[in-house]
Amino acid sequence: MLGPVLETLIGGLLTGVLYALVALGFVLIFKASGVFNFAQGAMVLFAALSVARLSEMMPLVVAVALSVVIMIVLAYAIEFLVLRRLVNQEGIILFMATLGIAYFLEGFGETVWGSNIYKINLGIPKEPMFFFESVFPGGLLIDREEVAAAVGCAVLVAALAIFFQVTRVGRALRAVADDHQAAQSVGIPLNTIWLIVWAVSGIVAIAAGMVWGSKLGVQFSISLVALKALPVLILGGLTSIPGAIVGGLIIGAGEKLAEVLLGPLLVRWFDLAGGGIENWFAYMLALVFLLFRPQGLFGERIIERI
Amino acid sequence: MMLKLVGIAVAAAVGGVAFAAPALAQNEQFIPALVYRTGAYAPNGVPFANGIADYYKLVNARDNGINGVKIVTEECEFGYATDRGVECYERLKKNGPTGAAYVIPLSTGVTFALTEKTTTDKIPIISMGYGRSESRDGSVFQWNFPLLGTYWTASDIIVQHIAKKEVGLDKLKGKKIALVYHDSPYGKEPIALLTERAKLHGFETMFLPVTHPGVEQKATWLQIRQNRPDYVLLWGWGVMNSTSIKEAVAVGYARDKMYGVWWSGAEPDVRPAEAGATGYNAVTLQHTAGQFKLHEDLKKHVYDKNQGSAKWDETGEILYVRGLINAMLGVEAIRTAQARFGNKPMTGEQVRWGLENLNISAQRITQLGFDGVMKPIKVSCADHEGARTGRIQTWDGKNWKITSDWYESDDKVIAPMVKDAAAKYAAEKKIAPGCLTN
Repeated sequence: MLGPVLETLIGGLLTGVLYALVALGFVLIFKASGVFNFAQGAMVLFAALSVARLSEMMPLVVAVALSVVIMIVLAYAIEFLVLRRLVNQEGIILFMATLGIAYFLEGFGETVWGSNIYKINLGIPKEPMFFFESVFPGGLLIDREEVAAAVGCAVLVAALAIFFQVTRVGRALRAVADDHQAAQSVGIPLNTIWLIVWAVSGIVAIAAGMVWGSKLGVQFSISLVALKALPVLILGGLTSIPGAIVGGLIIGAGEKLAEVLLGPLLVRWFDLAGGGIENWFAYMLALVFLLFRPQGLFGERIIERI
Repeated sequence: MMLKLVGIAVAAAVGGVAFAAPALAQNEQFIPALVYRTGAYAPNGVPFANGIADYYKLVNARDNGINGVKIVTEECEFGYATDRGVECYERLKKNGPTGAAYVIPLSTGVTFALTEKTTTDKIPIISMGYGRSESRDGSVFQWNFPLLGTYWTASDIIVQHIAKKEVGLDKLKGKKIALVYHDSPYGKEPIALLTERAKLHGFETMFLPVTHPGVEQKATWLQIRQNRPDYVLLWGWGVMNSTSIKEAVAVGYARDKMYGVWWSGAEPDVRPAEAGATGYNAVTLQHTAGQFKLHEDLKKHVYDKNQGSAKWDETGEILYVRGLINAMLGVEAIRTAQARFGNKPMTGEQVRWGLENLNISAQRITQLGFDGVMKPIKVSCADHEGARTGRIQTWDGKNWKITSDWYESDDKVIAPMVKDAAAKYAAEKKIAPGCLTN
């Protein structure tokens, strides 16, 4: 019994890293602009489609580089056409704008790149690895692709942490995140900062899109993976990069363990008709956290004095 | 790419004119097309929709319509969402001089939702290879036509094939068969048949639901790895299928122990998994992939005139071929109805009669250009399925290959199940069973 539980736990944690990768895009934009970017999933899809279709015509490295350019152009278009006109508007207005961007990107992406399932081949062997075969019958299974994704994610997070903490632009980003108007008053160019943060978020979307695209094939459903980032954000807090990582790990491990261990028991005990529980279990877990810690595990506590 | 973008912009600008429904003349037969060319299920929805559209174009171009009655169709995009599918049906059902001839939902969910509506509207549903399995009983489901096979037929054929591999149905005793299914009415359909067969032969079942759209299956496949079933049946659609095969590779489950339903056995299901899908099997809805005699006419009358909906190379793919077959059955039902009611546009009620009296012989199949693709079909009030045969095909890494003889589902098992389920439905909906004469 220990073997299967451990295997599920490890698999869940590795999947959690992939969720964290998507959640990271949300956190970056929220930190810098206070915008909850509902279009993050669509950005992941758009980025993955760009890499997949371009890599059919050129080497993968060139396709990725070109996709980075595309995402920067997209960031500029979003900043120029949407955000610039909505500075200092209510958060809900900005949120609604991202909702529009999401639907536009999904439809436009499919129109330009097509709606088939496309491939991204990262060259990682698909066959699983087995460890401790002498301890557990059949060994402990580890997915190579997910391990590679976890390593990639760790590198990306480290790079982002350095960018935010050490560089001048990073400090400016944090200043904008604290207060748009105060940041503007000390000469921080808000539009440039927003452009940078959307572009960085676009690059994170490329990383997430490549990992998910390699795992699932690139097609529309990738944008729905963003829904899995929502409980991660509730849990980890909207403003914390470590929160996105820890939240991802908890959600990933929690939902997989629930599906494998709790699901069959619920069906048996209550004579249920059956049904996958991992999707709603993640939200329930997040909801329970929300009741006790509304700001999330690592989010900033909001104190307003009257 | 630039040209494509300019093209999109121009199309958007003139779209209102280009896609406006044409004014219908009195000698035209309207057939609605519920399609999903966008969204999570588009990779499977697009080739099927293309096959249907191209067959109608061929009949119009080559034969000047059905006995001189031109086919007019209009697509409505519903993204495989049941509510939007019903909306599409409502919007299109009264089009044309005689209303919709029939409706092809390509969705078990929409088929369930329309079953009662179409009874009132008097429009038949052709759910070829899907829908409620008990809807083959035409005395209760007078307007439903699950032609060529239901899910009980599909799962029964797979069980028969597994039994043949194990050298006898009695050898299934003690075996474990898992079903990985789309957690929807569609995915749940084979559960009743498998439960019944498990009781008869003593094998163990394991039902593993996957929630829409099916991109998260890690936990499901870890359970498979831990429980080690002897065989896995796959009842997926869209991206769920390729994800299942990829996850099977990731947990090291043998692909040659996997059997998909005919909706889990097309090119978009196996290609994303690349070499990992080699050895994966699926039951066929009679046909497999490949071009055949009809394609000569398609090339001459449709594709050489740049009227094709797909790329020519894609016209031999499984879902495209299935679209051709589905459209052909609908057209032949209209032709059958015309033989009785006259060569004019048919009402839904008349087409229902045509469907219930559809009888396509081997000779007629040859005439229609479908030789070697399908077997004869004969529909009646008692049997709205019309035929229940299939074969097993296996993906060799590049192509689908037929790897079994023909099987026929066992009516000694299925017929009593149909009778019970249909009677239960009739009681629930207060339907007095009986055959319609018109």
